[in-house]
Amino acid sequence: MKGFIIKEFFHIFRDRRSLIILFGMPIVQILLFGFAITNEIRNVNIAILDKAHDTSSERIIEKMFASGYFVMNGYLETEDEIEPIFQKGKIKAIIVFGPDLDKNLASGGTAPIQIIADATDPNTANTIANYAASIVRDYQEEINPDVTLPLQIVPEVRMLYNPELKGVFMFIPGTMTVILMLVSAMMTSISIAREKEMGTMEVLLVSPLKPVQVVAGKVLPYILLSSINATVILLLGYFVFKMPMQGSLLALMATTLLFIITTLSLGILISTVAHTQQMAMMMSLMGLMLPTIMLSGFVFPVDSMPWPLQVISNIIPAKWFILILKGLMLKGVSITYLWKEVLILAFMTLALIGLSVKKYAIRLA
Amino acid sequence: MLSSEPIISVEKLTKKFGDFTAVNAISFKVVKGEIFGFLGANGAGKTTAMKILVGISRPTSGNASVAGFDIYTQTEQIKKSIGYMSQRFSLYNDLTIKENIEFFGGIYGLTNRQIREKSEALVEKLGLQDKFTRPISDLPLGWKQKLAFSVALLHDPKIIFLDEPTGGVDPVTRRMFWNMIYEAAYRGVTIFVTTHYMDEAEYCNRVSMMVDGRIEALDSPTRLKEKYGVNSMNDVFVRLARNQDKAKVQ
Repeated sequence: MKGFIIKEFFHIFRDRRSLIILFGMPIVQILLFGFAITNEIRNVNIAILDKAHDTSSERIIEKMFASGYFVMNGYLETEDEIEPIFQKGKIKAIIVFGPDLDKNLASGGTAPIQIIADATDPNTANTIANYAASIVRDYQEEINPDVTLPLQIVPEVRMLYNPELKGVFMFIPGTMTVILMLVSAMMTSISIAREKEMGTMEVLLVSPLKPVQVVAGKVLPYILLSSINATVILLLGYFVFKMPMQGSLLALMATTLLFIITTLSLGILISTVAHTQQMAMMMSLMGLMLPTIMLSGFVFPVDSMPWPLQVISNIIPAKWFILILKGLMLKGVSITYLWKEVLILAFMTLALIGLSVKKYAIRLA
Repeated sequence: MLSSEPIISVEKLTKKFGDFTAVNAISFKVVKGEIFGFLGANGAGKTTAMKILVGISRPTSGNASVAGFDIYTQTEQIKKSIGYMSQRFSLYNDLTIKENIEFFGGIYGLTNRQIREKSEALVEKLGLQDKFTRPISDLPLGWKQKLAFSVALLHDPKIIFLDEPTGGVDPVTRRMFWNMIYEAAYRGVTIFVTTHYMDEAEYCNRVSMMVDGRIEALDSPTRLKEKYGVNSMNDVFVRLARNQDKAKVQ
């Protein structure tokens, strides 16, 4: 058994491809998600069509550029220029000031300002429009500081658990889940499939080793490597991205180990079906990675999915693990509040192992 | 030279996959130290029968014992007393010769000292001293096959099962490989070998010919050739296959 594990490490460390997948990818992915892929906006190119040319319009423009969100990229003269400039694609929004802004404001009328955004990317357009509108509102409060309406409802918003709305707090649990899925499920299924493809599996089965020992020998090294990976991701999250760690570290480690075992049993199940490395890889990518990324709540919130997808999302282990991670890290809840998620994962693991054993038994008969 | 003590005995062994009968009530005995050729066309059922004998598949009915152990209840003891080499190269390409020997010695429960002694002897015999710590992928196929055979014999099995061991190997290497088989047989190891090279059948003490799940002929190559009045095992095989086709037409 010891020899088996040593051999497995030889396989892993001598294959440059698997080494890159094991250790390079997690770090690259985390840094990518952390730094590059963010839904906050910054330095958006905008253009101005100013028909007013008075104090108000000038002050608002000034405020826009001072905010750091927007970069000035040209003044327009007429409405006819709007369409062509959007089509060039560089400008993401145009602010149009109606004529006689000052005069309208002074006489108590309405002063029209139009924000036109390029909605080919709806989320960005929405964010840009909101930012621009809030700058305009800011200015309005500045010029009318003491206007108080007789009755006022002022909602006070508090963003609990992630006050700065950092996207990276969402990405770290998600990325960790995806990487564990990849390393544990894909790598084990590929490495078992490789033994089948090479014909060495037959030799192992004919040897006095029990099938359980063969599988355990293949899986144990990956438990260790996955745990190292999870630790690296958490450390990166904590030190580089200032991800909070509110809950119990022990609970986090225990649930991570549970999830690793879940994904390993998925890998074993795949390998009972796949006969070649390529097949194992395709099955892992299509069958595991895609649903994990799309349906786990990592990229798209589960609550806004159509109900059939919501139902499907329940059978995806990653969904439950992301809930556990967020609960433990961001909310700092105790594990006793997460018993449902933990139980579901544990049950899935048992079911997967049971299914693999059954499939294996059929093959043997 | 050969004792009459059977080391493999098979009685009415049958394996069905649904409606398809892969192995149809075959019976035979193999004696200790014999080179037993297990021949047949692809799909005739040789691999299925062999899998049952090495303990990785269960028969539907019938009895068999291998090295004195029952194939239903004592597969573990069987696995310890046999060696196995499949038609596909059965060592790890990315491990060195040394690591392969250590690994396979280890899973057969040899002690470190036994492994060290045996690997020294083996490497010396094959003349692979300078390649000992090189990955196996550097070796030519013929050498790999010979090494695989030696590794399969590492734990001194009573019987060695060879599943088309010379597939894809050039004639010279095949010849050398058979020399190794003879040498092992001389030391008392029973050889159970499947092949579809009919010239190799001539090297066996006895051969069985499987057609459509049944053993159609079983005897020494000389007597089989006499019986069918032909000059080569190839012709024996063709004759048998033709009879079978005729039977089907009728």
